Amino acid sequence: MKITVNGKEEDVEVGLGLTIVDYLESKDLEPGRVVIEHNGQVVKQEEWEQIELAEDDTLEILNFVGGGE
Amino acid sequence: MADRLLIGDKELDSRLFTGTGKFANQNLIPETIKAARSQVVTMALRRVNFDSPQQNVINYIPEDCVLLPNTSGARTAEEAVRIARIAEAAGCGNWVKIEVVSDNKYLLPDNQETIKATEILAKEGFVVLPYVSPDLMVAKRLEEVGAAAVMPLGAPIGSNRGLKTKEMVRILIEEIELPIVVDAGIGKPSQAAEAMEMGADAVLVNTAIATAKDPVVMGDAFAAAVEAGRKAYLAGTGAVKKYASASSPLTGFLKEDQG
Repeated sequence: MKITVNGKEEDVEVGLGLTIVDYLESKDLEPGRVVIEHNGQVVKQEEWEQIELAEDDTLEILNFVGGGE
Repeated sequence: MADRLLIGDKELDSRLFTGTGKFANQNLIPETIKAARSQVVTMALRRVNFDSPQQNVINYIPEDCVLLPNTSGARTAEEAVRIARIAEAAGCGNWVKIEVVSDNKYLLPDNQETIKATEILAKEGFVVLPYVSPDLMVAKRLEEVGAAAVMPLGAPIGSNRGLKTKEMVRILIEEIELPIVVDAGIGKPSQAAEAMEMGADAVLVNTAIATAKDPVVMGDAFAAAVEAGRKAYLAGTGAVKKYASASSPLTGFLKEDQG
């Protein structure tokens, strides 16, 4: 299945369904450290386990970094 | 009466806002913020780099600080609005520093797009602190559309050049009722004090602290300078004169005619 993550198209294995949490785990990203936009909508962490990714979905995976002026 | 800075729904004791960018080591951030006695701390939102996932900088910001996510990276009002909404949804609270920049050489803000973004976000209930080039009419528009403060630049971001826009900032301080927070360009504590002496309500400093040899001590130095400058402003500085005006009495000694 093809999805777009942070602007890049990616082939992912779906298996028995791929939730946002599954995807983060496959990337070794600890939940709690990132912010997720799914198809243009910000999704709260509580919902990540319920959302199953589908063909052509887009994910933006963001986090807070140092910044200033 | 305590001299507090009121922005949005918060009363602040500290008039030194700090940024979290450019630290050689993120572990220095908490101690530096503490030394700077900052209560408002800014950070940015970026795509995760899967090759080297960075720590979430929020983990390094003391919990009692007001988080001020900036919209750096936005080139249009639309992008800035989007970043602000994401930051809020991520649990950062409702403060946002609007930064819309499409000039890569001087990183000067796009005032028009900034006004647009400010209007949209203020209507949504955000406490909006827009970063702008100091211009009176722009600041008036920001006031009308619901900004919580105006953040004029002193000099280009990260340039450490000081208050190059001093005259324009002075006009904003005089004519705009919103708090004026001088943001960007302040390179030394003396320049922060200069901004505060002339009546700025606060300053935001990042590069000058984060890239100092010792950021923690520099944070403390800036805190002292901001406090000194604020006190001087409240005390009212004396008049500037062209000629000398003796501080010691010139009569009643030595040459006085004894009759």
